[in-house]
Amino acid sequence: MAHDDHKPGFFKRWFMSTNHKDIGTLYIILSIIAAIIGGAMSWYIRLELMEPGIQYIDDFQFYNVLVTAHGFLMVFFVVMPAMIGGFGNWFVPLMIGAPDMAFPRLNNISFWLLAAALILLVIAGLTGGGPGTGWTVYPPLSSAEYHPGPAVDLGILSLHLAGASSILGAANFITTILNMRAPGMTIHRMPLFVWAILVTAFLLLLALPVLAGALTMLLTDRNFGTSFFIVEGGGDPLLWQHLFWFFGHPEVYIIILPAFGIISQIVSTFSKKPIFGYLGMAYAMCAIGVVGFVVWAHHMYMTGLDVDTRAYFTAATLVIAVPTGVKIFSWLATMWGGSIDFKTPMLYAFGFIWLFVVGGVTGVTLANAGMDTVFHDTYFVVAHFHYVMAIAAIFAMFGGFYYWIGKMCGRQYNEGLAKIQFWIFFIGVNVLFFPQHFSGMAGMPRRIPDYPDAYAGWNYVSSIGAFITMAGTFLFLWIAYRTVTSGEKIGANPWGEGATTLEWTVDSPAPFHTHEVLPDMTGKAPAE
Amino acid sequence: MGDMLKRLSVFVLTLMAGAMVLGGEVMAQQYRSEPWQMGFQEPRSPSAERIFAFHDMLLVIEAAIVIFVLGIMTYIIVKFNSKANPTPSKTSHNTLLEVVWTIVPIIILVVIAVPSLKLLYFTDRTYDPELTIKVTGNQWYWTYEYPDNNDIEFDSVYVPDDELEEGQPRMLSVDSPLVLPVDTNIRILLASNDVIHNFAMPALGLKLDTTPGRANETWVSINDEGTYYGMCSELCGVNHGFMPVQIEAVSKEAFNEWLVSAEEEFGSNDSRSDEVVKFAAALGQ
Repeated sequence: MAHDDHKPGFFKRWFMSTNHKDIGTLYIILSIIAAIIGGAMSWYIRLELMEPGIQYIDDFQFYNVLVTAHGFLMVFFVVMPAMIGGFGNWFVPLMIGAPDMAFPRLNNISFWLLAAALILLVIAGLTGGGPGTGWTVYPPLSSAEYHPGPAVDLGILSLHLAGASSILGAANFITTILNMRAPGMTIHRMPLFVWAILVTAFLLLLALPVLAGALTMLLTDRNFGTSFFIVEGGGDPLLWQHLFWFFGHPEVYIIILPAFGIISQIVSTFSKKPIFGYLGMAYAMCAIGVVGFVVWAHHMYMTGLDVDTRAYFTAATLVIAVPTGVKIFSWLATMWGGSIDFKTPMLYAFGFIWLFVVGGVTGVTLANAGMDTVFHDTYFVVAHFHYVMAIAAIFAMFGGFYYWIGKMCGRQYNEGLAKIQFWIFFIGVNVLFFPQHFSGMAGMPRRIPDYPDAYAGWNYVSSIGAFITMAGTFLFLWIAYRTVTSGEKIGANPWGEGATTLEWTVDSPAPFHTHEVLPDMTGKAPAE
Repeated sequence: MGDMLKRLSVFVLTLMAGAMVLGGEVMAQQYRSEPWQMGFQEPRSPSAERIFAFHDMLLVIEAAIVIFVLGIMTYIIVKFNSKANPTPSKTSHNTLLEVVWTIVPIIILVVIAVPSLKLLYFTDRTYDPELTIKVTGNQWYWTYEYPDNNDIEFDSVYVPDDELEEGQPRMLSVDSPLVLPVDTNIRILLASNDVIHNFAMPALGLKLDTTPGRANETWVSINDEGTYYGMCSELCGVNHGFMPVQIEAVSKEAFNEWLVSAEEEFGSNDSRSDEVVKFAAALGQ
C-alpha cells in the first residue's frame, strides 16, 4: 500500500532530488537540451559542406571546434545521459522491483556533476579559439604549444566532471542491480535492459578511470611542465592514443549496449513473445563488453604500430562480429512466429536492426588493418560509426521514448504523428549517411571544411539528408511537447499481453514511490 | 624568397620531366576521384590492387549478409504481423539454431581473416628498396627528401584557389610535387616536425601517420605514370584541409634526368645523409 505519495516543493523536488524517477527525468531533459545544441552544430556543418568552397564558416578553427563539440556533446551529454541516466534511472529500479536506486544522494550528485560538465564544455567552446582538437584530443595538437589558452583545459575539466558523474552512476547501478532485485528475481531472470545497464556500468567503471588518468596527464603536460605526451621531454604522443582508445573503444559499447537492452524489450513486447535465446543474449553482451577492452588499437592502424600488433588487433576486432551477430539473429528469432504490432517503438526497433547491420558489416570492413590505408580518416569511417553507434543509439532512444513515455508521464503519444516522425527520420538519416560511404571510398578525408570539387555530388545529397533529419527532430520535439501537455491518459499497461516486465504493473504515470511492497518473482520465467 | 624560387624550379623541372617522357604531346594523366564516384579510385600499385581485390570479395560477403537479414525482416513483416498471425508462438529456445548462428559467423570470419592478414603483411614494408624517400609533415605543408640522391630536399605547399593554373585541380594541387619513378620499390620514411599528420594517396593504397618523435615506414611501387592526388588524413589544426599530397610519377629514365637537375638545385654535400642512414637503422632495416 502506497501510504504517502507526497511530493516535495519545486526547488527541493528538482534541485535536491533523491528520487530515481525525477533524476531520470532531469537526465532526459539535459539530454534533449544537449541534443538540440549538438544537432544544430551538425546541421551547420552540413550546411557548410553542402557545396564546395567556403560559404559560411571561414574561420577553420571554429569549424574544428564545431566538429569537436558535436562529438563531445553527442557522446557524453546526449546518448549517455538519455540511455543510462534517463532510461536507466527510470526503469532499472522499476524493472527489478526495487523502491529506488541504492544510493539516492549519489544519484543526485551524478546528475549535477554532469550538468556542471555541460556548462564547462559550453564555456570551453566559447573561450579563446575553442578546442579544435577533435573529440579524440590527440597531442601534440592538444598540447599547450598548438592549443594555447584555457579552452582545452576547460574541455578537460568538463570531461573530468562527466567522467566522475558516470563512475558514481556506474557504482550506483551495479550496487542496485546486484543487491536490490525483488525476491525470486535471480540474475538470470532480469530483463535484458537491466542486463545491458549492468554490463554498461562495469564498462564505465573500468574505462573511465583510464580516461581520467590520461586527461590528468594532458592537463599537467599543458600547465605544470610534465611531458607525458611531449617528445622533447621524453614523452610519446602515441601513449595518449593508447590510453584514450583503451577508454574510447569500450565507450562505444557503453553507448550501444543500453540500446541493445531497449531494443530487446521493445521487440519482445510488440512480438508478444519472450526473448529468443535469453541467456545467449545476456552473455553476448558480456562477451562484447570483455572483447571491447582488447581491441582498442584498431583505431590506431595508421600510427605505425608493428605489423604483428596490427595482425592481432585485426583478428580480435573480427571476433566482435560473433556476439553482435548473436544479438541480431536472436531479435529476428524473437519476431519469428510472433504476432507483431507495428507501433512506433517497433518501427524504431526495425530501423535499429537495419542501421546496426549496415554499420556492422562496414565495421567488419574497417577491422582489416591491411585495408585501412584506403579507409582510415575518410568519410567511410564517419558513415560507419554514425550508422552503427550514433544513429543506431538515437533510434533506440526514440524507440525507448515512445515505448516508455506513457509510463513516465501517464499520457500516450500520438501514434499517427509518431509514425510520420519515424519515416521522416529514417529516410533522413539514410540519405544523410549512406552517400558518405561513397565519398569515403573515393578518398574524402574527415574533418575538413572544404573539399575537392569531385566530392560535391554526394555531399549535396548528404546535406539534403541532414535537413530531412532536422525536420524529423523538430517533429519529435513537437510530439514530445504535445504528449506531455495534452496526450491521452493511459492505464498501467498500454501495450497488452506482450509487456510482461514489472514497470507495466505500476500505475501510469509511475507514482512518486513504487514497489513499496516488493513483488515476488519466485518461479517466474526469465524477464517476466 | 629563396624558398619560393626553390619551389618554383622544382615545379618547372617536374613539368619538364613529364614533358620529356610524353614527347610534349599531352598533359600528364591525372589520377583522382571523379564526380559522383561510388567506389575506390582505380588501383595503381601492387598494394592497392590487392586491397581492392580483397575488398571486392569482402563486399560480396557483406552484401549477402545485409540482403539475408533484410529478407528475413521482410518475411517477418509479411508473415508475422498481428493480422496474419494473431496467435504468437511461445518458442524461446532452439539450441541447434543458436549453435549454428554462432559457428557460421566464425567460419565466415576465418574466411575473411586469412586473406586479410596476408594482405596486411604484404602492404607493410618492402625488404628490397630501390629508392628511399623521407616525408616530413609540417603545419601545413610537406617536406620531401631524397637521402640516396645528394640529400635533395624541398617543401611542397598547397596552391590556394586564386593561384591555380590551367589544369590544376582545386584543393589538391601543390607548388612542388613529390617526383617518383614508376615500377620501383620505394621505401617511404615518415616523420613530423610539429603535430601528427597523415601522408595519404588513395589510388596507391598508401597512408601512414607522420608523428613527432617516431620514425614510421611504409612502401609503394607505382604502376602508371601520371599525377596522383591525395590529402592529409589526420586532423592537424586550422589548415588541415589544405595540405594536399601530389605525386608526379615518371619513367625511370625521366626520374634520373630529373634527379640530375634536382641534385644541382636542392642537393647538399654536407653530412646530413648520415642522419637519414641512422634514421633508417633505427627502424631495424
